[in-house]
Amino acid sequence: MITPQIGVFLVLAAVAVAGAVSLILQRHPIHSALSLIVVMVALAILYLLQGAEFIAAVQIIVYAGAIMVLFIFVIMLLNAGEEERTNLSRLARFVGVPLGGVFLVEVAYWIGRATIHLEPAPPQAVSTRDLSSLLFREYVFPFELTSFLILIALLGALVLARREESN
Amino acid sequence: MNELAAQHPLLIVVAPKVIILLFVLLTALAYLTWFERKVVAHIQSRWGPFRVGPHGLLQPLADGVKFLFKEDVTPAGADKFVYFLAPFLALSLAVTSIAVIPFGPKGLTIFGQATPTGITNLNIGLLILFAITSMGVYGVALAGWSSNSKYPLLGGLRSSAQMISYELTLTMSVVGVILMAGTFNLSEIVTSQQGNYWWGLPHWNVIGWPMPQVFGCLLFFTAAVAETNRAPFDLAEAESELVAGFHTEYSSFKFAMFFMAEYASMITVSCLATILFFGGWLSPFPQTPLFAWTRFIPAASFALAGLALAAHGIRYITIFGRIVLPFLGIVLLGLGLSFALPGVIAIVQGPFWFLLKIGVFLFVYVWVRGTLPRFRYDQLMNFGWKVLLPLSIANVVVTSFFIVWMER
Repeated sequence: MITPQIGVFLVLAAVAVAGAVSLILQRHPIHSALSLIVVMVALAILYLLQGAEFIAAVQIIVYAGAIMVLFIFVIMLLNAGEEERTNLSRLARFVGVPLGGVFLVEVAYWIGRATIHLEPAPPQAVSTRDLSSLLFREYVFPFELTSFLILIALLGALVLARREESN
Repeated sequence: MNELAAQHPLLIVVAPKVIILLFVLLTALAYLTWFERKVVAHIQSRWGPFRVGPHGLLQPLADGVKFLFKEDVTPAGADKFVYFLAPFLALSLAVTSIAVIPFGPKGLTIFGQATPTGITNLNIGLLILFAITSMGVYGVALAGWSSNSKYPLLGGLRSSAQMISYELTLTMSVVGVILMAGTFNLSEIVTSQQGNYWWGLPHWNVIGWPMPQVFGCLLFFTAAVAETNRAPFDLAEAESELVAGFHTEYSSFKFAMFFMAEYASMITVSCLATILFFGGWLSPFPQTPLFAWTRFIPAASFALAGLALAAHGIRYITIFGRIVLPFLGIVLLGLGLSFALPGVIAIVQGPFWFLLKIGVFLFVYVWVRGTLPRFRYDQLMNFGWKVLLPLSIANVVVTSFFIVWMER
């Protein structure tokens, strides 16, 4: 029985996978970036399907709307051209491809085993209020620690990028 | 009919709402261009469009026909797919954002189905709006890149940098309102502003308690003007430096789509400013028996406007105008009289005040464009990062301080 929710899930999952494949296969960096945006928007709607409204909105605002804009900005600024495609190197042909196949089979096997007896969880809406009280009460220490970590990375990038004053 | 509506709520209740709203929005877009040209013209002591129809009222129609019949040129070496995608992305995102705007209180009832006034009422309406706005930059950036031409590329780069910078202020400036309302739901944000102080003024967030969001409102509107790439922040299309900026290479209806996207986002931003800071659909008067007469303001203003238009129209220069303008006046008069009917009067209150406030914001938009010179690029970046962003963060800190202090 295909309920509308499963239908939407299947369509979005297909879109996300297609976007991810296209991300790798595209030769121009802008096209790859656009494919990544498609993946992120599809993921956001999948979150929405699970009742995680806030996460869905943040996924679009932060990833699709801010980070990917910066990606595209940089690609435009450098005016990066199309990649040249090489034939597979010897290492990739004899080690990489078989190894990838093995991993794929393994992942498929475990996913098949893991979900076969599971009932799909009923989607429950998590309000932003609940989420934030959890974030700022229970998990406030990891939260602050993460923000501190990001701040350090930011300062590091600034120090590396800054030109030495010539005097 | 009611049973049919209950079985297919999407087809019978929601779809007509979407179609009507789209029709109204697109007409409003067309007449917004007329409005802007008229206002800017009068600011500059000109007449503005006057030839096509009385007072140039048919100018948008003429423009639309012209856009449709122009040759659609694709520059050589353009990235075809992205070149076509960009205007669609810009327009569809700009138009979609109107879907979460509530135009009036409570629900309408269509064929026994309760439905919000507006297309939908989401718990995260505000976040959805910001998500759509943040995606809006792609239309501009991709248009600039895919044209394979230097001026569009520079325009696209400028505007993406600008939109990223001002988006931060835009988002931070509404945090004060969210703290006071305690919700992301646009309807609930409006209802949280209900009521008046004992000294008369309404409880709108811009003069709200415990922390008036005057700064929040100013910051929001400034950032919003920058976010919609309008003067004085229209560096992406600075005609003295970049020809026409990101849409230099676009012609025909694809150019018109960028144009419409810009006006649609102006309308969205005006709606949002109204909802967040100026009480949305709420009337500015207290809801007491003393002010019961204010319920007739919509009817009276429409009727008076209709009478004035008819009186002016009879003495218009052209014969066509002498027929059309009095006719329009009588239509307005009829609408005004119907607004005084017992059943209708309650329904028109919300949309009337809401549209009035939006109109004020749209006027300010055009006024600002007609008054202020364009920023220089370094000034723009300095202003955004060193003035607006710290101020908006300070607004959040002060507001949350006052809220905690008053709650104790």
